[in-house]
Amino acid sequence: MNSYDVIIIGGGVVGCMTARALSRYNLSILLIEKESDIGMGASSANSAIVHAGHDPVPGTLKAEMNHLANPMWDTLSAELGIPFKRSGAYIVAIEEGCDCLETLQARAKANGVPSEIISADEMKRREPRVNPLTTGALFTPTAGMVDPFAACIAPLENAINNGAQVMTDTAFVDFIKEGSKIIGIKTSRGDFACRWVVNAAGLYSDEVMHKAGVRPEFKITPRKGEYYILDKSEIQMENILFPVPSEVSKGILVLGSTHGNALVGPNSNMVPEKENRAVTADGLAEIWSGSQRLVPSIAPRSIIAVFAGLRATGNAHAKNGDYSHDFVIEIPKEVQGLVNLGGIESPGLTSAPAIAQRVVELLKEAGEKLVEKKDFNPIRPARPRFNHLNHEEQAALVAKDARYGHMICRCEMITEGEIVAEIHAPLPAKTYDAIKRRTWLGTGRCLGAFDMPRVVAILSQELGVSPLEITKKGTGSEFLARLTKDVEA
Amino acid sequence: MPTITQKVICTTCPKGCTLEVTRDGETIISILNGCKRGHEYAKQELTDPRRMVASTVRIRGAVHPLMPVYTSAPFPKPRIPELLKLLRSVELSAPVKMDQPVLENVLGTGINVNASREMDEVNQ
Amino acid sequence: MMHKENYDVVVIGSGPGGLAAAIAAKKNGAEAVLIIDRDIEPGGILLQCIHNGFGMETFKQDLPGPAYAQRFIDEATQVGVDFLLDTMVLEVTRDHHIFATSKQHGFVEINAKTVVLAMGCRERSRAQIRLPGTRPAGVFTAGTAQRWVNVEGFMPGKRFVILGSGDIGMIMARRLTFEGAKVERVLEVMPYLSGLTRNYVQCLMDFDIGLQLKHTVKNIIGKNRVEAIEACAVDDKMQPIAGTEEIIPCDTLLLSVGLIPENELSRQAGVLIDPVTAGPFVDDGFQTNIPGVFSAGNVVHVYDLVDWVTEAGLTAGKSAAQLVRKGVGSDGPTIPVKAADNVRYVVPQTLHPSTLEENDIRLQMRVTRPIEKPVWVEVRSGDKLITRRGEPYARPGEMVTIALKPAQVEEIKAASELRVAIVER
Repeated sequence: MNSYDVIIIGGGVVGCMTARALSRYNLSILLIEKESDIGMGASSANSAIVHAGHDPVPGTLKAEMNHLANPMWDTLSAELGIPFKRSGAYIVAIEEGCDCLETLQARAKANGVPSEIISADEMKRREPRVNPLTTGALFTPTAGMVDPFAACIAPLENAINNGAQVMTDTAFVDFIKEGSKIIGIKTSRGDFACRWVVNAAGLYSDEVMHKAGVRPEFKITPRKGEYYILDKSEIQMENILFPVPSEVSKGILVLGSTHGNALVGPNSNMVPEKENRAVTADGLAEIWSGSQRLVPSIAPRSIIAVFAGLRATGNAHAKNGDYSHDFVIEIPKEVQGLVNLGGIESPGLTSAPAIAQRVVELLKEAGEKLVEKKDFNPIRPARPRFNHLNHEEQAALVAKDARYGHMICRCEMITEGEIVAEIHAPLPAKTYDAIKRRTWLGTGRCLGAFDMPRVVAILSQELGVSPLEITKKGTGSEFLARLTKDVEA
Repeated sequence: MPTITQKVICTTCPKGCTLEVTRDGETIISILNGCKRGHEYAKQELTDPRRMVASTVRIRGAVHPLMPVYTSAPFPKPRIPELLKLLRSVELSAPVKMDQPVLENVLGTGINVNASREMDEVNQ
Repeated sequence: MMHKENYDVVVIGSGPGGLAAAIAAKKNGAEAVLIIDRDIEPGGILLQCIHNGFGMETFKQDLPGPAYAQRFIDEATQVGVDFLLDTMVLEVTRDHHIFATSKQHGFVEINAKTVVLAMGCRERSRAQIRLPGTRPAGVFTAGTAQRWVNVEGFMPGKRFVILGSGDIGMIMARRLTFEGAKVERVLEVMPYLSGLTRNYVQCLMDFDIGLQLKHTVKNIIGKNRVEAIEACAVDDKMQPIAGTEEIIPCDTLLLSVGLIPENELSRQAGVLIDPVTAGPFVDDGFQTNIPGVFSAGNVVHVYDLVDWVTEAGLTAGKSAAQLVRKGVGSDGPTIPVKAADNVRYVVPQTLHPSTLEENDIRLQMRVTRPIEKPVWVEVRSGDKLITRRGEPYARPGEMVTIALKPAQVEEIKAASELRVAIVER
């Protein structure tokens, strides 16, 4: 049985950041992910924001982690090549009396988050598309936009380069225990021994901790959020606009992104199933009206994609106060060998690097002697992105490798060279969606209609398998049924 | 034999008139709606319906694995499934010229199946 | 094939519009003419449209798409048009500098005296019709499926539902049936067929494939691959009617829900786009607002017959060659052409009356609402009727045309604008 110091369950942003944080030390690490690729659960669909941290209830782990993590993103972005832009964010009051902004500012202050109330005129000057009925806004300059897929892929790839191992298509089944001590785990692809398990199972974090006999009352209730993506040739947003928040969510946002297409969403609806990412007609209508409230000029024709994500909403009480949806970040006393993370919903993406750092600290507190590797390399080498280059640089790249001259995705300008590089990367992209998450191919206005047959052909060639075996997102999601001329009798 | 009335949607022009044809066996008694060309169409459609058939056959040594083909004239509709089955058994070798016959006098109909384009031989 | 650094006319796209433009440019005196196309062979989307129905106007023959394309490819080669294939144009500048990239040819820069934009159109996606449900494999546009089935040799499913009664959707229903797949149903949200009646008869009725008008997809079901779709009827406002839901098991949903002119390059170059057609504003020579930049075919507005695309390409190519030869385009003032009663849009949006001294100008338009009775297509200047033509009916799915004749040149010269209407007779 293969043996590891640490096994991380779950390849979402928390698991990936944790793998990277731990790979700095003399530890053997395995990360397992039940899906065909990482970042397919709660991390697969979100608002792609590094939050300033004005919103969480002061005194909660959410507030603390957000506050600690926010400043980490500049270094992370520089070291790992995660697209990140510290744009600041606006919480825009429309028609309300402006004292709601003061309330928000007081909370921001309590969380140690810098903010500034600006006038309606100033808001209109900074974002001319904003609803002219605005009465002012709270500006939080430390908020930013981030590529949420790169936020998973880049740190895990860096962890791999520093010795960590990753197994996809590998589901956690149960713990192997000796008394109350965890000595390994059973998975769908065999058993593995380990000294520590990190529960980073996201939407399934409740089920994993229950198997360890921890927090039987803890429950994840998935909360669905639906989104629109808008065509960058129709509307280009440089800002993040929030409405004044409600009790349950930060409201329906209109914001720019690191890859250029603006985003609208999310709404917030509890759903019973953990895999229910269906977009609903009602939900789309709801986010549409939300978007119109912030930016009335958005036209239906600018919509190029719709998607839905699930937030891993838990029911853990904060240490002090009565807030009951806080993060769980702990080494529980009931068992030995478990770092338990649960209920990591918004601001989970923002907080992930701080949570990962907290995991390191918890291990140290538990007596783990962590020694930094001498050869730890924090840098993830950047791969070329054709559409980020000027014509001269493009010409040089194509001269070096002709495959970068072969345009596969016209809308997002992704070349064969980039696709092939992702297929053979340390964390290989083996499916269409895996390539999409790494390159943003197929997310433009034609939604992959042009690139799909071409990507299937490239995957087939590079992986050395028949096009019939190429999938969208793992086994069962094959694109093609049979050869045209192979008609059954 | 009793007379029967059938509806035929005319495809002669884009207008798409619905014709009502009353006939006694093979003998057409009356046609309602439509123009003269439409009446000709309806007679043909009820006695010997035909369609242009376009499909593909396998090809070796070309840039694509399939060669598009089409019938040289409208083909008897009831025999289309037979034709399709036959086409599945054909494999050409590149190069193929435009309008090169792929099957001649196919199924004894006097109709040919021809290549819809040219395809050069490629070195693979 | 080798290409030069400088060309009189560079055509972007080798579909029917681009091929016709290049041929016409060459025949009208342009010496160096180049077609750039992203595919490895010329012909554009016609190469995957293997069905018959092309060329009835141009050749008085019922040809499959590849055969129609082949005639123009052969002619273009014969008259000495250069081809730069497997090459994607990245940018066209205002002053006709072209940047392109290719696996075979590397990074390419070309100077053109004139440019003809002939990039065609793309298919509307599931997002543009805000289709709810999950996002499994098995939701494809009809055109993507067509490429797989007809060119690459793969079937993208076994049991299909098709949303949209556009011609590509209906033609794919027949193709899939020919190749042994089961097409369960075609759903159309409008109360009328959006494609041609001929295709309804020959692609659906012939194979007993059901068509449901005023129906749509309410939900897509399946996590990894489509397992079923939920269909439902819609009311007059196109909203789902509760209680009409029906689950149709299938593994593939094909979308045939409309086409949009592909104008990303045009926009980058600074070409002004008509929000109604989603294509460039053009004059009667298909010149855009940028001197020396022309556009032809589905990039201007979506046509229903290839023959009209060819005609537009010929006009654009000829205009480009004239500009190269004379150094100036069509002479004199222009007159705007406006859509009036029951006309959604008219192309061209402006015209030079001087063109009429030598040639007809054909106005192309679509109606807003169907009229199943005889209509007049009328062109007026103020209250004055310039010309009119009768049609037995007018439908949104079928383009309507009317020609302005040299005989009308003086009246048109005197007009401040022309208004086009389609009214009941």
